[in-house]
Amino acid sequence: MSEKLITNTDAPHHAGSRDGEAPRPARKAADTAELPLAKAINAGLRKAMGDDSKVLLMGEDIGPLGGVFRVTEGLQAEFGEKRVLDTPLAESGIIGTAIGLAMRGYRPVCEIQFDGFIFPGFDQITSQLAKMTNRHEGQVQMPVVIRVPYGGHIGAVEHHQESPEAYFAHTPGLRLVSPSTPNDAYWMIQEACRSNDPVMFFEPKSRYWHKGPVDLTGSAAPLHASRVVRTGSEVTLVGHGAMVTVLLQAAELAASEGTSVEVIDLRSLSPIDYSPIIASVRKTGRLIVASEAPGFVSVSSEIAATVTEAAFYSLEAPVLRVSGFDAPFPPAGLETIYLPDADRVLEAVDRAMAY
Amino acid sequence: MAESVEMVQLLSADGIMQSGATAEEYLPYIEKLSDDELRQFHRDMVVIRRFDVEAANLQRQGQLGLWVPSMGQEAAQVGSARAARDHDHIFPAYREHAVAMVRGVDVLGIIGLLRGTTHGGWNPAESKNFHLYTLVIASQTLHATGYAMGIALDGLHATGNPDKDEAVIVYFGDGATSQGDLNEALVFAASYQTPQVFFLQNNHWAISVPVSVQSRVPLVQRASGFGIPGVQVDGNDVLASFAVTARNLDEARSGAGPRFIEALTYRVGAHTSSDDPTKYRTDAELQSWIARDPITRFETWLRSRGEGDAFFAAVDEEAEDFAADIRTRTHELRTPSTDKMFDHVYSDPHPVTAAQKQWLEDYEASMGSDS
Repeated sequence: MSEKLITNTDAPHHAGSRDGEAPRPARKAADTAELPLAKAINAGLRKAMGDDSKVLLMGEDIGPLGGVFRVTEGLQAEFGEKRVLDTPLAESGIIGTAIGLAMRGYRPVCEIQFDGFIFPGFDQITSQLAKMTNRHEGQVQMPVVIRVPYGGHIGAVEHHQESPEAYFAHTPGLRLVSPSTPNDAYWMIQEACRSNDPVMFFEPKSRYWHKGPVDLTGSAAPLHASRVVRTGSEVTLVGHGAMVTVLLQAAELAASEGTSVEVIDLRSLSPIDYSPIIASVRKTGRLIVASEAPGFVSVSSEIAATVTEAAFYSLEAPVLRVSGFDAPFPPAGLETIYLPDADRVLEAVDRAMAY
Repeated sequence: MAESVEMVQLLSADGIMQSGATAEEYLPYIEKLSDDELRQFHRDMVVIRRFDVEAANLQRQGQLGLWVPSMGQEAAQVGSARAARDHDHIFPAYREHAVAMVRGVDVLGIIGLLRGTTHGGWNPAESKNFHLYTLVIASQTLHATGYAMGIALDGLHATGNPDKDEAVIVYFGDGATSQGDLNEALVFAASYQTPQVFFLQNNHWAISVPVSVQSRVPLVQRASGFGIPGVQVDGNDVLASFAVTARNLDEARSGAGPRFIEALTYRVGAHTSSDDPTKYRTDAELQSWIARDPITRFETWLRSRGEGDAFFAAVDEEAEDFAADIRTRTHELRTPSTDKMFDHVYSDPHPVTAAQKQWLEDYEASMGSDS
């Protein structure tokens, strides 16, 4: 019964216009809350910390300030300084000590302040955290969550708008997820805290302030399941995080031009749940994968290759990618040109339809 | 400029017990040791050196891809390891063969790392908390610090009961002192006042680069900049290494915060079996350190206390037996099952590793059985 709410996105332009979806069932007010995505993560963290005393938060400025995006606001006051650690300013130190805390039986949730600041911690993530369980032949588990606000659309300076997920998707031993809605954010952060493996939790920071319904009494969808968020019959669009909103806009515009488009929210970047994608491609014959990240050696490339292998005879057109350009993220004045928008997606839809 | 640093030494290079204020400060830790415990120090050092020689030979005979010699560093390792309590946690780098043996690790596990049969080799939980070797320089210093933060969060230091209090000791070398991770570990340890001892074995060479390139000041002085008390010890003096480590671990356990020990020692052998130290250091330097050999000096002191030939002969025989056993079991180490590549990439089920494991099984089956 909660499925309908979970499939909601908070994009206002598609509300009530999705193909083939039943009206949302009425619910009691107490069961749902209308929350911005950042507050939904906050609520999810609060729930996870209440459920398991071993969950602790660590990061820069996450205590009294509540983080630069206020995602952890109020949690130190509620749970104390031993559960919410304002750390020294050192990303490798944060990840490296989280590994030690996990060995001790804790379940650390690390906040990386901005996407572009994760690289001082890259070695500890890829050479240590990701390999620790394997090195120990299963005798040690690494339940560490790394929260990463990522992506553009916020007009920020260099290193503050990047999409570094492919670096980590390439590393065995890590799990990567990215919610696109407040409801998913609330549930997925709790699922991430329950994982016995390292989870990189990519938060689409441009969506932090967008509200959506959060089903507080339902149950979590599987963490690594992708999901059809709009049904259509001629083209399949796949994306994650903030891109899902763009894809839904594009689908709406395409519908007004007479093209029926299906949209899939990836939700999980590693592993990737291909079943809904391949089922969709068997139906539509056309796939476009979109992301803010540069396209070269990207999650999008991987999906294009795998779907080509798995559904070659169903394809009416090559799998197309709509990506950020293979250039450093530009000064913010150019970000709307750099980042794929609905028009760039529609241009690809047109190309796919023309084959 | 560098200030002079007083090095704690209890046994001189020629095996004479030292007197003076510094020695007096640490002698109580030695006076508590029984004769058997003192003999054990010698046994540990001799057996691990014989193991080291055996492993180097096995490498030359093609049985190991690489060997990492520990010769010359036995006193720093045995002294510090014997100072730790069973419930303390030890985070090594990758040359701590003596520490591993003291903690009860089957050192065949180290052989396995270098024979290509495992990345781990032992279970820390079953090896008196001797954690796995870490090859990326200084990475383990952060793991140790996080672990010590966990002890503090658990309230298991500074309880007033020394038998309950826990501490962590982390090993690293002079090269590691230039890495960011060690410096971050020192910052975190100081900030959270972790129950932890940073144990630096300054063996004077990071492969071919002398310690003078890593630091213009004695490395022990780095500690004070982090607000961490530091002490320099003669790392070729097993008694001083024991006493200094015991005292610093006691202080860390009691809630006094982290401690830093610089043990001056020397890597008598090569960095690894692939290295050629004759290209970058002089024989005169090497000989000057061989003259300060940790085993010779401790044997001299034991003999001066009346220990006879029979004991030393028995230890030598024990070491020979140990090496022979290692040789036999090295030859018996087999390449692991291919399942090992996939089974522990994740703790929870994962579709990619499951599918690839199955694919490989099917592929190998399709090739017929020639194994």
